[in-house]
Amino acid sequence: MNEKKYPRLLTAGDGCVVVEFGDVIDMEINSRVASLAAAVRKAEFPGFLDTVPTYRSLAVYFNPVTTDVDALYSKLGKMASALGTGKGSESRRVIVVPSLYGGEHGPDLADVAEHTGLTPEEVVKRHTANDCYCYMLGFTPGFAYLGGMDPSLETPRLKNPRELIPAGSVGIAGKQTGIYSISSPGGWRLIGRTPMRMFDPDRNPAIFLEAGMWVRFRAVGKAEFDEIEAATAARTYRPEILEEVSPRLVGAGEVL
Amino acid sequence: MAALAFSVQMPGMLTTVQDSGRWSYQGKGMPVAGAMDMQSFALGNILVGNDENAAALEVTLLGPTLSVTEGEGVAAVTGAELGFTVNGEPIANWTVVTIREGDILSFDGPRSGCRAYLCVSGGIDVPMVMESRSTYTRAKVGGLEGRALKKGDAMRCGEPAPLWNRCEGLVCPEALRPLRDPAAPLRVIPGPQDDLFTEKGLASFYGTEYVISNSADRMGYRMDGEPIEHTGAADIISDAIPLGAVQVPGHGQPIVMLADRQTTGGYTKIGVVCSVDVAALSQRLPGAKVRFSKIAVKDAVGLVRAEARTRDELRKLRAAWRSSARVSSAPVPEAVAAPTGGEAILRVDGKEHVISWEEIGEVE
Repeated sequence: MNEKKYPRLLTAGDGCVVVEFGDVIDMEINSRVASLAAAVRKAEFPGFLDTVPTYRSLAVYFNPVTTDVDALYSKLGKMASALGTGKGSESRRVIVVPSLYGGEHGPDLADVAEHTGLTPEEVVKRHTANDCYCYMLGFTPGFAYLGGMDPSLETPRLKNPRELIPAGSVGIAGKQTGIYSISSPGGWRLIGRTPMRMFDPDRNPAIFLEAGMWVRFRAVGKAEFDEIEAATAARTYRPEILEEVSPRLVGAGEVL
Repeated sequence: MAALAFSVQMPGMLTTVQDSGRWSYQGKGMPVAGAMDMQSFALGNILVGNDENAAALEVTLLGPTLSVTEGEGVAAVTGAELGFTVNGEPIANWTVVTIREGDILSFDGPRSGCRAYLCVSGGIDVPMVMESRSTYTRAKVGGLEGRALKKGDAMRCGEPAPLWNRCEGLVCPEALRPLRDPAAPLRVIPGPQDDLFTEKGLASFYGTEYVISNSADRMGYRMDGEPIEHTGAADIISDAIPLGAVQVPGHGQPIVMLADRQTTGGYTKIGVVCSVDVAALSQRLPGAKVRFSKIAVKDAVGLVRAEARTRDELRKLRAAWRSSARVSSAPVPEAVAAPTGGEAILRVDGKEHVISWEEIGEVE
């Protein structure tokens, strides 16, 4: 079988069309999603409303009153096919996320250590060693779906989710790691907390992270945590965002 | 003349500030929110002389009691019939009334529908958050501190658009009001994952009756009925959730995703309720029976465009209503260029007058 199934266009109502590039979680596929998102935003076609990049597809929202829907479908089809193999860009943007591990800020660090057979110090070391790739945002404003955590840290979710997890909590769920962007219920194992706000509607930008960026966790002590927390509250904190040229990529086909 | 200001005496069941939604941040996980019945909302704004996206109050079933603490303006209620009154006098929906300091706006109980829009000249002036005034309560964003109204809240309105006072008495004719037949099937555009359901599953969805469950809010309406069968797993790799998407999780009961839906999700979507019928569904209540039928995208787009034309029609009617009314014998200004609409400053006897007008035949 050598049928060319992707990219394909999927109808998603009268104001949205989805361009799908595959059916696996894969960085190469995800990089094509990002490329098409950028191209669509640049094209500024009439009636354009929004794009939602996800693991393996791009949703394009439009106003059906001012959009020639047939023309849009055909244009998106051509743009998607013209993207080529999508090797991804050479440079990458890394956002450094300071995190205070363990104690009241990371109440499950000891459990993760016990589950993985590592010392708590080693868990922190490994969690801060690998950069994680942001495939997409969703669930709540500013919540990132990250891939690339050190596989030895894999730990299942809590059996009984907590009713309220503070914003900024850094957690592990299976092979995934992530940061709760707003206070919400949740079942991830909490190993630390960042004093950064991943989502602050009164700040510009409200959300620093974008799909396609990388997250680098950095362990901080209580004093630095307090300092950053104060700057965050005063809205003077600017996160460290690095532009790097790096050959390091997570293996293709990696599944969360 | 001062712009309107209100004080909340009773908040009602769930009264929130909404506009046409918070677009262009979905890629960062920010839901759109906005009015659930967009057409009723937009028509209400046109009636009171506003831009059709101006912020209004979305009133759910049991409405609030508001007192006008300042200013003068016009108001109209559209959408559900929730028993709107001004100073105890019933005011028909779709009708523009003048309100001023000291007036009491209230709702004496629901007759039909679920969500009404109280639109006021100038719009509700709460801070813009990420380019919108819409309330999204789950992340405490927009509106009044990101929540529903509560007793004692104070709200101000924006500066009303020119000619607002000439809107008084304007009525949206029945022919231009959205049809909200509670028995009509909800029309669904198949996809994006209709291929992940069996023939039997599709037959259940399009062929049997569902009932709106008690899990029905601004985020989505879950239905109860014949379980819809998947070909395999009910989960997909998470992707975007458009307005009206019908998610079918493993339990087989469909959930129609609405204004406050999360931006992405991992359940299969059998189809997407067309935009026009999303508004119709948002006027229905738990316990109501629902059927689904198929519609082609181009036909659904046709329905959306027809609604846009009715908004244009109402704008024309508004222009005619405003220009027919009550013109005093003002001196005819000299030497004004012939613009097609807008605003100008005239000097008559040394006094400046701001004149605004709109062209009647312009829209189509």
